[in-house]
Amino acid sequence: MNAQAERAGLHRGMGFSDARAFCRDLQSRPADVRSDQRFLHSLARWSERYCPWVGLDGDDGLVLNIAGSAHLFGGESAMLGDMRHRLARTGLSARLGVADTRGAAWAFAHFSAGQTGARLRDLPVAALRLEAKTCTALQRVGLRHVSDVMALPRASVARRFGQDVLMRLDQALGDIPEEISPLQEAPRYAAQMSFPDPIGTGDDIMAAAERLLAQVCMRLKTQEMGARILQLTLRRVDQKSQQVELRLAAPLRDAKRILPLFQRGVDAVDPGFGIDQIQLQATRVEPLEIQQIDHTGSKVATKLDDLITRIGVRVGLDNVQRFLPADSHIPERSFLTASAAHSRASGAWVHLRTRPIRLFGPDPIAAQGTRPPQTFRWRRMFLTTARATGPERIAPEWWFSDDNWRSGVRDYWRVETRQGRRLWLFYTPQNPGWFVHGEFA
Amino acid sequence: MQSDFTSQFPVRVGRTHEVTGPSATSFAFALAGARGGAVLWVCEAWLADQINPMGFGIYMDPQNLLITKVKDQTDALAVTEEALRSGAVSVVIVELTKPLSFTAGRRLQLAAEAGKSTGLCLLPEGMGNNAAQTRWHCAPLFDATPSQTDSTLQRWEIIKNKSGTLKIWDVKWDAQTRRISVVSEVAQRTGSARTPD
Repeated sequence: MNAQAERAGLHRGMGFSDARAFCRDLQSRPADVRSDQRFLHSLARWSERYCPWVGLDGDDGLVLNIAGSAHLFGGESAMLGDMRHRLARTGLSARLGVADTRGAAWAFAHFSAGQTGARLRDLPVAALRLEAKTCTALQRVGLRHVSDVMALPRASVARRFGQDVLMRLDQALGDIPEEISPLQEAPRYAAQMSFPDPIGTGDDIMAAAERLLAQVCMRLKTQEMGARILQLTLRRVDQKSQQVELRLAAPLRDAKRILPLFQRGVDAVDPGFGIDQIQLQATRVEPLEIQQIDHTGSKVATKLDDLITRIGVRVGLDNVQRFLPADSHIPERSFLTASAAHSRASGAWVHLRTRPIRLFGPDPIAAQGTRPPQTFRWRRMFLTTARATGPERIAPEWWFSDDNWRSGVRDYWRVETRQGRRLWLFYTPQNPGWFVHGEFA
Repeated sequence: MQSDFTSQFPVRVGRTHEVTGPSATSFAFALAGARGGAVLWVCEAWLADQINPMGFGIYMDPQNLLITKVKDQTDALAVTEEALRSGAVSVVIVELTKPLSFTAGRRLQLAAEAGKSTGLCLLPEGMGNNAAQTRWHCAPLFDATPSQTDSTLQRWEIIKNKSGTLKIWDVKWDAQTRRISVVSEVAQRTGSARTPD
């Protein structure tokens, strides 16, 4: 709810049609709770510049325990001013409140409307973080401000409105302590090692990598994660640094399996006058559940994953591909090639018609007429048609713009030649011409 | 006749073999299908003639195939050797465009032996290598049987064999039993003898 909406008289929980009555040109968008939460978490991370204790408050607030750090910013009010200034500069409007207790700070942030001299007792009862029902009940008997509730005997308040009101009041006044549970820091999968004397040989680097890997893998294991990309940074004595990147074909946290995969990268490192610091970081991680150890099929799969990784180190992980079925009649589009590391083999290959085992360019050949030529020349060979089966008409998919299919529909023929070659020829009736598109088994 | 063929095909495990001729692709997929398990296909990225999973699906399940596109023959051989040595794939098929040196061929042979997998090099004609266990020449044949409109009749010929004789068979793919069946054994004629290379 921004300031403009508030001026127009809108409030939270209002129906859309009611709100539009106040505000003609109101537009609606679905709420993206997940993104809001992510933003709040990043804001919480930013807030750690003020104090180490940052927690979430509800789904739209942050609570900071600034005990012991306010003086670093020149006192509480100076700190608030700094916060307000920085938030406003990034275009955020925020309500801030500071007090000795969490409850009072919440009350000031939500109800003092920016007045610094406000006192807790002058605020409305809603500032006590009570349920809406309790608030209404309090207001109905004429208790509008916090001071009204404070003046009443405790026993009768508890009897009529429940223990909750007293608890919230005591929390706001500091009679009952209230904890702030700070957000957990995101786990960092990195380890580093410095050497008193620089090292240079490949064996030494591998030995250091082994130790670092053991630490990182242990951390990955506790979080049930697996590394996908690992980066080994080697800092040399002359301040230059070299990186060895390892992209894995599957998430992995088994140090014994990862270490040999680093060998090729480490061999290519130029240690110069020596390396005095090594850092290992898992830059991309994926969830990897702890699995039951079995002695059946998984060994072959792990060997294959390791092989894909090793090949990937040499030629690039994206160049190791697999075929996936696709739903199209166009021969070139009836399958997809996907990176083997980022896809799983899936079934459902349907072979309705015999298709060529290899696909070509297509290669144009010199021929006339709508029926396959009796003799033709293809790739410096003279071929004689012995039997032709067809035509099978395939129309282009107009919803894709494909340069190869500009010439319109195609009539495909399976041509068996006297010489043995079995070719897939097509004729384009809309743009007369003959082409060889593939060869059968 | 059939048993004679089955002693040669599927080809021996733990060795690299070579195949040339226009039907070399069919031979490769028939071998991969007969052997089962994961198959790695290594080819250079610039090659225009691409294998089509809708077509080779009759020989083997496209799910089992991994394809690696490399930039030159050096990388192709390195990947092939790595894959053969690891033993993670049962068949490694590599498309070669340049002649193979004896050293390179021998390295592949040793890698296949270490990994107990089968290597197969698809070669242009006349680029054989002495380190190979067998070399096959495969070419399609016109099937004169009038009803056979989807025939896969081919002539497979062993043109080099380290431990065995040279033979020629006319074979076709049997879709029902999913294997290669021999149509007839071709007698060696004097005119068809090749000069050993």
